[in-house]
Amino acid sequence: MPLSRRHFLARSAALGCSAAASPLLSPVSFAAAPWDSRLVVIILRGGLDALDMLQPYGDVNYAGLRPTLAGGPDHGGLDLDGFYALHRGLAPLMPLWKQQHLGFVQAVSTPYRNRRSHFDGQDLLEAGTSGLRPGGDGWLNRMLQHMGGVENRTAFAIGQGEMKLLHGPAQVSDWSPDAALTLSPQAKLLAQQMMKDDPLFHRALAEALELSQQGSMMLGQPASAGMDTGMGTEDMTMPVPSRGKSHLKIAEFAAERLRGDTRVAAFSINGWDTHANQSKGLGTAFRRLSDTILALRDGVGDVIWGKTAILAMTEFGRTVRENGSRGTDHGTGGAMLLAGGAIRGGRVHGRWPGLAEVDLFDRRDLRPTADVRSQAAWILRGLIGVDRAQLEQVVFPGLDMGDDPGLLL
Amino acid sequence: MFSPALAEIRFGCGLSPDLRPKGSTEDILHRLAGPDHMAIAHPTADFDSFWPQSTALKALRRKRRLAEGTDSYDGLNAQYKAMRREARFDHIGWFGQIILRHSQTEDGFRERLALFWGDHFTAQGKSGLAKRMGAPYVDTAIRPYLSGRFADLLISAVTHPLMLHYLDQHKSIGPNSRVAQRSSGQKGLNENLAREVMELHTLGVGGPYTQRDVRQLAELFTGLGFKSKTGFQFKPNMAEPGSETVLGTEYGGDPAQLEAIHTVLADLAHHPATAHHIARKLVVHFVSDRPDPALVDHVAARFRATDGDLAQVYAALLEHPAAWRPELRNVKPPLDFIASACRALAVRPAHLNRMAPKRLAKGLLLPLVLMGQPWERSNGPDGWPEEDAAWITPQGLAARMRWAMLAPRQLIKLLPPPEIFVETSLGGYADGPVRFAARAAETQAEAIGLVLSSPAFQRR
Repeated sequence: MPLSRRHFLARSAALGCSAAASPLLSPVSFAAAPWDSRLVVIILRGGLDALDMLQPYGDVNYAGLRPTLAGGPDHGGLDLDGFYALHRGLAPLMPLWKQQHLGFVQAVSTPYRNRRSHFDGQDLLEAGTSGLRPGGDGWLNRMLQHMGGVENRTAFAIGQGEMKLLHGPAQVSDWSPDAALTLSPQAKLLAQQMMKDDPLFHRALAEALELSQQGSMMLGQPASAGMDTGMGTEDMTMPVPSRGKSHLKIAEFAAERLRGDTRVAAFSINGWDTHANQSKGLGTAFRRLSDTILALRDGVGDVIWGKTAILAMTEFGRTVRENGSRGTDHGTGGAMLLAGGAIRGGRVHGRWPGLAEVDLFDRRDLRPTADVRSQAAWILRGLIGVDRAQLEQVVFPGLDMGDDPGLLL
Repeated sequence: MFSPALAEIRFGCGLSPDLRPKGSTEDILHRLAGPDHMAIAHPTADFDSFWPQSTALKALRRKRRLAEGTDSYDGLNAQYKAMRREARFDHIGWFGQIILRHSQTEDGFRERLALFWGDHFTAQGKSGLAKRMGAPYVDTAIRPYLSGRFADLLISAVTHPLMLHYLDQHKSIGPNSRVAQRSSGQKGLNENLAREVMELHTLGVGGPYTQRDVRQLAELFTGLGFKSKTGFQFKPNMAEPGSETVLGTEYGGDPAQLEAIHTVLADLAHHPATAHHIARKLVVHFVSDRPDPALVDHVAARFRATDGDLAQVYAALLEHPAAWRPELRNVKPPLDFIASACRALAVRPAHLNRMAPKRLAKGLLLPLVLMGQPWERSNGPDGWPEEDAAWITPQGLAARMRWAMLAPRQLIKLLPPPEIFVETSLGGYADGPVRFAARAAETQAEAIGLVLSSPAFQRR
């Protein structure tokens, strides 16, 4: 259940006293965060093609499987290590690769097999369990439940989409920059008056106005603009999920929060379900992903970037053979992208399973050689200090983490 | 104390400037017992239209795949896309019909019950056209059973193909069934539906059942399935042989028959734990997140005394003084908020029905996403949360306020005078600050938006 901020809000509602007098309603101040490193989880919804992000041009079978989706340095890919080439859509991230702030894990997957539905695949990825049961909590929320000292804004789910990996009893804030509220000074005053005797509404309005203002500062408007100059309803559009550049607004908002007390941020980037004309679709999606990562780095600054790990993960990989419409279909083994100053970058982690017919999963998909959950678990272990027993029993129940894959510095 | 305005706000779809509130609880129940005028005036679709449609779409997709690289591909691709678009537009249109039902009805309790039970029996399509079949499912499997026996409602919803698909029941195979013996490995029992039936639909979480009961019920459920071309089918070849024992009672035997499944569901429907679970849920939904135990007991007692005759159960809810405490408590979920705003604004059916699908989506359907309630996409089989604080988050409130300021202009030709609107939309619940806001806002749109944003409008 999406409990998010419910407990916190219920607590302030329960006070029942004048909202204005409540210390909870004054400009928000928070206790020091329980740990110092920053974790960003990006869910790449739709099934990212691992073989096109990390083109294994060193594998003898690769070229034959991808006649029109050919990759490798001869086809515009950027050589990484003599075996893999990076999709050119991620070229803006090459400087990070050289600084060893960008890395990958190849051939990983959830325990999901043989069904290849986005719906179930994403649910399982976010639940972090070995089997599906709709409606449970998410692995990142279970991590927060286990860690002491988690406050209201320790973790943020950002954007309009559901982030099931953060659902559960631990407090999590939600905000979508698309929801930003810009009221005329008069409307704001009247709304505050109307809501002042209803603590639940009063509190939500105060926070919405504050978060909206920060969002607009990030978008280059002067700091005072949100407060009392001429912004009004005419500056708002219908509250519908935006297309286009919303990923940048999300990244900028996340970076701003991570500069403060927020330690965990999660959001999605969609557009990976490339059944047809994959090169065009992936180009757009990779541009979004690289813009997002660069905006996060620029937004948090060098010091925080040094203790940040970004994990971009997807529900499954795609078929190794391209299909008849210059695309690929739902598969199994996928890849994970890592970025940040805290990760051990400049290398492709994971064990390459090979592309020979016998090496494939179900004779069609990249065979997973590791569980995506154990990669995430080792990152939580190293970055946040969650202990192994908790990880294997609570955060990812029933998981055997195996040996440390060495994803962190 | 009963008041007509409160009845409309708390148990109906909100106040309308055109439609008079009902004068008594008897009148409310009487309308509920009568014909379902709104389903006729503002129809969605029969769920069974899904089977031929999805069969045709799949055939077209197959044809298109075979035509890859040939001249006929483009034509087939265009046909395929047009069919998908049509389904998408139907779906948006159905949402418009739901909104119209809420804004036009004189039987608002029925609309509220349809939402309540649709949520209690949440079922979602997980792929293709099935994703858009939520409204036809509710209209076909739930709405006709709203005020009959709970057992009939339960059987209808739980055995519906969309539910079987959502909770993977159609793939559940008895370990010793003929199908299991013929095929090798990997296939087996799926407990999803059996567990949710006990935990969510009947006894309630923490109810008097064990994992063994879940397992036995799952074995009993094997065979529930559907054919992709025709719909529901009981498949004895998938059914686990022998009888099963659920909560101490033995069901079924050989040959496996659907009747045994109906019998166990009827027994679960009549269980005292079910009576309490349903009574509590109704009170939480309609009255308060912190339900009055006396009210819950009163409703549960009627449920037990009448073997779950829902019309009687609702009568018990409506006759109890605790249901009529005057202060407004529960926050309307986003759909109810938008629908009641359309009712307060007296949105015209002709106007809504003429709106292009994309405008309708932008004006009514998509704003639900930012408000935290994407239509027919709750997080799991437990449906939407009831807690007020789940909805009035900074993001949720901001999205509601933005919608309230911007949408009314698109939904009606002329905005009403705010000082009148504050009275017609809030009845006696307008307080000083909201009346002041209606007068003092700089523009008419802001004034209307502020009235709709007021806690008095958003609570019920």
